[in-house]
Amino acid sequence: MYSKGLRPLSLITAVSVALTLAGVFYWAPNDAYLGFLQKIFYLHVPLAIITLGGFIAGGLMAVAHLRTRDPRWDMRSYVAIHISLIFGVCVLISGSIWARGAWGHWWVWQEPTLVSFLLIMLLYATYQPLRFAIDDPERQARYASVFAVTAGVFVPICFAIVRLSPAYVHPRTLDNISGNLPGRMQVVFYLALISTTLLWITLWRFEMTAKHVAAQIRHLRRLLGEEADDAPSRRSAAPSLTQVGSAG
Amino acid sequence: MLMASLPLHTAGPYVAGAYIAFLAIILLYVAIMATKLTRSERALRELTETVERRRSEGEE
Repeated sequence: MYSKGLRPLSLITAVSVALTLAGVFYWAPNDAYLGFLQKIFYLHVPLAIITLGGFIAGGLMAVAHLRTRDPRWDMRSYVAIHISLIFGVCVLISGSIWARGAWGHWWVWQEPTLVSFLLIMLLYATYQPLRFAIDDPERQARYASVFAVTAGVFVPICFAIVRLSPAYVHPRTLDNISGNLPGRMQVVFYLALISTTLLWITLWRFEMTAKHVAAQIRHLRRLLGEEADDAPSRRSAAPSLTQVGSAG
Repeated sequence: MLMASLPLHTAGPYVAGAYIAFLAIILLYVAIMATKLTRSERALRELTETVERRRSEGEE
């Protein structure tokens, strides 16, 4: 079900990433102040936006799970948060490298933008241990969804508070992106935003497909009697595969 | 605190480092997922064999 259209989507993503990289390094001009170092901007900013968007999407999927009790929504939320965490790690690494080049420091603790993003990442880093700590699959899914909703609400609040606080060194996100960027830089930035979004969607569908196939295999094993119906599931932070498998 | 524009030879390693780190993380993730898919493929093959064996036993 999730594999439908995955191949063309992967191809479109690969082409858009290649176009973005070509645009970044061969078409967009160098920044007058930061020079070549500003090229990190096209990686760092779209990744940060998509990471935060992914966390919010995970929260919305968790709302759907709490409303419907359909385990597939829990799985979708889990995968969305998982992919966003991976993107978030990339944001922290690329941001630190940029900070070192631009400000001479790997990290600036006085800067609210950096610290707030780290706080969000640390908050979501507790998501998987929380799931792993709960044995019962239904309770695990319910608690994880409540967490995803609460944390998902925290993300825009945190973003708004940072926008209101005075900037120390980090420019305010979305403040000078579309307005102040020269034409070519703006085009490449939006291209980078689109390709990062496509990459997130592709990886999300890729992982959903893998999880769905694993669930179906487990379901088949039970049908064939290779695994007892009441056999204890291996403890896992991932949503219950048995539930998903039986849900189709 | 901000420094003036870095020359290419100084900024290059930073830019390369950021992009390579991103690529490495994504490739690592894809490699892990590919390993899991290979495992699923093997399990599916085993299940198919089980079904075929049972079917042939039933026919006998």
